[in-house]
Amino acid sequence: MSPRAVRAADLPDRTIRRRRDAEAIVSAVLIAAFAAFLVLFVLYPMLTVLARSLQDGQGRFVGLANYARYFASPAIAASVTNSLAVAITTTVITVTLAFAYAYALTRTAMPWRGAFRLIALLPLFAPSLVQGIAFVYVFGNNGLLTRWTGVNVGIYGFKGIVAAETFYCFPHAMLLLVAALGAADARLYDAANALGASRVKRFVTVTLPGAKFGLMSACVVVFTTVITDFGIPKVIGGKYSVMATEIYNQVIGQQNFTMGATVSVVLLVPAALAMVVDRLVQRRQQALVAASSVPLRPARARLRDAALFAYTALVAAAILGIYLVVLVSSLVRRWPYDFTPTVKHYAFDTVGGSTAIVNSVQAAALAAVAGTVLAFAGAYLVEKRPSLMSGPLYALAVLPVSIPGMVLGLAYIFTFNAPGSPLNLLYGTLALLAISHLVHYFTVPFLTATTALKQMDRELEHVSASLGVPFYRTFWRITVPVALPSIVAISMYLFLNAMVTLSAAVFLVAPGTELAAVAVLLMDDAGDTAQAAAMSVLIIAVGLGVRLVYALVMRGVTRRTQAWTTAARG
Amino acid sequence: MRAGGPRASGRAPAVELEHIGKKFGDVVALGDVSLAVEDGEFVCFLGPSGCGKTTLLRIVAGLETQNAGVVRMRGVDVSALPPSRRDYGIVFQSYALFPNLTAARNIAYGLETRGWDRARIDARVDELLELVHLAPHKQRFPSQLSGGEQQRVALARALAPSPSLLLLDEPLSALDARVRAALRQEIKAVQRRVGVTTVMVTHDQEEALAMADRIVVMNHGAVEQVGTPADVYMEPRSLFVARFVGQMNVLPGQADARAGWARVGAVALRHRGDRTMAPGTPVTLAIRPEEVRLGHAARGADNGVLARITAVQFLGAFTRLTLALPGVAAPLECDVAAGALGDAGVREGEELPLALPPAALRVFP
Repeated sequence: MSPRAVRAADLPDRTIRRRRDAEAIVSAVLIAAFAAFLVLFVLYPMLTVLARSLQDGQGRFVGLANYARYFASPAIAASVTNSLAVAITTTVITVTLAFAYAYALTRTAMPWRGAFRLIALLPLFAPSLVQGIAFVYVFGNNGLLTRWTGVNVGIYGFKGIVAAETFYCFPHAMLLLVAALGAADARLYDAANALGASRVKRFVTVTLPGAKFGLMSACVVVFTTVITDFGIPKVIGGKYSVMATEIYNQVIGQQNFTMGATVSVVLLVPAALAMVVDRLVQRRQQALVAASSVPLRPARARLRDAALFAYTALVAAAILGIYLVVLVSSLVRRWPYDFTPTVKHYAFDTVGGSTAIVNSVQAAALAAVAGTVLAFAGAYLVEKRPSLMSGPLYALAVLPVSIPGMVLGLAYIFTFNAPGSPLNLLYGTLALLAISHLVHYFTVPFLTATTALKQMDRELEHVSASLGVPFYRTFWRITVPVALPSIVAISMYLFLNAMVTLSAAVFLVAPGTELAAVAVLLMDDAGDTAQAAAMSVLIIAVGLGVRLVYALVMRGVTRRTQAWTTAARG
Repeated sequence: MRAGGPRASGRAPAVELEHIGKKFGDVVALGDVSLAVEDGEFVCFLGPSGCGKTTLLRIVAGLETQNAGVVRMRGVDVSALPPSRRDYGIVFQSYALFPNLTAARNIAYGLETRGWDRARIDARVDELLELVHLAPHKQRFPSQLSGGEQQRVALARALAPSPSLLLLDEPLSALDARVRAALRQEIKAVQRRVGVTTVMVTHDQEEALAMADRIVVMNHGAVEQVGTPADVYMEPRSLFVARFVGQMNVLPGQADARAGWARVGAVALRHRGDRTMAPGTPVTLAIRPEEVRLGHAARGADNGVLARITAVQFLGAFTRLTLALPGVAAPLECDVAAGALGDAGVREGEELPLALPPAALRVFP
C-alpha cells in the first residue's frame, strides 16, 4: 500500500467552515471593538494629519506645495536643523553620562548604589519643562547664579535646551544601560582574565560589546525623546526654534493648521526611523542573550570605586539640586530676591486654580484604568484569539510609540474639532485628554502585556476549550491572575506618564479641563514662575505618592501569588 | 484508502476520519487520511517529527481546521464544531496546568461550568485523585509537583467530565526516562479502568508498542500502516515501517533468477517473498537483530553465512554484535543474550557462523 502523493494544489485553499457559536461571536465583537478603538483614535487621526498637510487652508488638494513652502522659508526650515543638532548633542552627552552612572551602579561595590539609583529616577516624575524652568531659575537673566556672580551664561537657546534635556532623559538612558550592564556573563570576564587581558582591554573587548545593544537602545530613546519634546524648548529655547515648538507656533500662534500638519509629518520621519532601528536592534539582542549565563558579581577595586563614587555623587547632587531649586522657589516669597518662607504660591490664584492638579489626577487615573484594560485585553485578543485581524491590530497597537505627542494632539484637533462631526462631543472633555494620554503611551503597555501572555502556555486555552469552559471565563480566572504583576506595572506606567505629559495635552485642554502640566507652562508663560514651581512640586508629589502606593500593592500581589510561583517542593 | 478496522457491530466508531487533507501554505501536512477508532480502543499515531501525526490529532480536537475531509465522532459530523462542542479531554506534552489553581481545583475546573453542586464536584475530584494516586497532593500548586505528578493531574483533569474521547499529545516526552516508563503503565491502567477511547500521538515506537491496541504508523502526511503492535512489528508493510518500528537490519541486494531468492553481496539468500521478479531488480532484505541465529543455532540452518565480527557492544542483558557479511558494505547487527554464546568466538575480527532464517528475512522493493 503506497499512498498516492498528494500535492498542495490538490487540496482546496479554504479550510472547512466553522459554525459560529456564542463564544466565537463574543470574540469577534471584542476584536471589532478593539479595532474600532485603534482606527478611531490612532489610524484615522493620523491619516487626517497626513491629508491636511497636502491641502491648503481652504481644504483644496495642493500636493507637496506645503512641504516646498516649509523648506523654502529659512526661518522655519532652520527648526529642522536645530532639532537635529539639539537631539544629537543631547544624545551623545546623556548616553555618555548615563553609561558611567550605570556602570558605577552595576559593576562596582561602592556604597549607596540603591540610593543613587532612586535619585536618578527623579526626573521621571516631573514634566520635561520643569528641568527647563529650574535651569532658568539658576542660570537665567534673573537666575540665582547670574545674580550672585554677575555672569549671564546665555542659557536661553541651544545650551539651555541641551542641558535641561540631558537631565530629563537621564533616567531613561540609565535604566536601559543598567539593564544591559547588569545582564553580563561572568564567564566572559573569567576567560578574559585567564588570557591575561588588561583592565582597559577587558572593558573594550567584553564590557562595551556586551552593552552594545543597550547603548543603541539608549541612543534611540534619548534622540526620540528630545526631538519630540516640546516643554523644554518652549520655556528655555528663547528664539531658538525647534520642530516641536514650530508646530505649536504655527497652530496656537498663527492658527496655521496646514503648516502645523506639514511640520508634524516631517517630525514623524526621524521619530519613526529611530523606532524602526530600535525594533531591529531589540530583535537581534534577543538572539544574543544566552540562557545559561553566570551573573557577574562586581569585585572591589578601591581606586576605581572611589572615582566612580565621586562621579555618581556629583550627578546625583546635580539632579537633587534641580528639584531642590524648584521646591525652594515654590516656598519663598520671591526667588531669588526674597527668601522669606511662604506657601502663598500654592493658592493658585491665576490660571485655572487648583482644579488643574485635580483634573490631572482624574485624567491620569482614567488613562491608567482604561489603558490597562485596553492594552491587556487587546494584547490577549491579538495573541490568544488569532484571526485575520491579528496582524493589522498588532501593527496599529505598536504605531503610537513613533507618534510625537505634538502630532497626536494636532491630529486630535483635526479629528475631534471638525465642524459638523459627531466626534466633536468628545472635544474639550477630560475623557479625550485621558484617551490622548493612553494612546500616546499605548505601545509599551501593549508590548508588556504581549510578552506576559506569550510566557503563558498556549495550550491553556485549548485545555479549557476541551473542558467546555468559555474563553472569557478562563481569561478572568486564569490569565488575569497569572499576569497580575504585569497588569499592575502597566497601570503604574500609564498613570505616571499621564501625570507628566504635556505635548498632546497642550492642544486639547479647554476651559474646565486644565491639566497640571499645561498649567505649569501657562503660569511660566504668564510670568508666575513661583506658581509654576509650586504646581511642579505638586505633580512630583502626586507621582511619588502613587509610586509608593504601587510598591505596596505590588508587595501584596507578590505575597498572594508566591504560593504558586515559587518552585519550592514541599 | 480505507485503513480502519472492521466494524464489529453496527455501532458507529468513536472517531472516524474520512479523506482528511491539510496544508499550511504550500506544504501538505496531511494528504488523504482515512481511519476509524473503535469504542474503547487505545490507538497511537506513531511517526517521525513532521509526519503529520500531531496535526491529525489537532484536527480531531478541532484545534486545527482541515482543508478537506470529514471528522465524525460516534457517527456525527463534527467538522464544523469548535473544540468546546466536541466532547473530549486532552493532555499536552507541556502539562498545561493552570498555575494559579491547586491540583484539586485544576481537576474541578471543567466541572464548575457544568453547574454541578459543590459536594458532587468534590466527590468527583477525590475519585480522580484516587485514580491517579495523588490524593495526598490535593492542595498543592503545579509548581510544587514533579513533572510526572503534574502530568497525572493533567490526565485527571481531562477525564473529570467523563469525556467520550481522550486525546494524548506526546504526554510523556517531557519526562525523564524512569518516570516515563512508570507513567506509561499508569496511563494504560487508568485507560483500561475507565474504558475511554484514547488516541495518543508519539514519536517513540517503544511507547506505542507498549501502550496501544492499534498503531497508526505515519510518514510524510500519509498513513503507512495500521495494525496491532505485533502486526506492525512482525509484518511491516513498508521499508519505512520496518526501519521506524524496532531495530532492523537492512541489506540491499538484487532479485535472483529463482523466485524467493535474492543476492546480497557474495551470497544468495532465500527470503519470504514469493513474487517472481526480473533477475537483477534491486530489492532490500530486512531482518531484526534478535532473529539472526548464531553459533550452534546456525549450524545446518538455511541461509547459513560466515560473517566477521567488526564490533562488540556489551549492553547488560545482551550483547550487540556488529557483523560484516562477505562482500556486503551494510553492517548486520545481532543481539545475543548474555551467556548464550559463552566467551568463545565473540571477539572483534573473529569469524562467526550465522544463519538468516528465510521466514524472518523480509523483502521490500
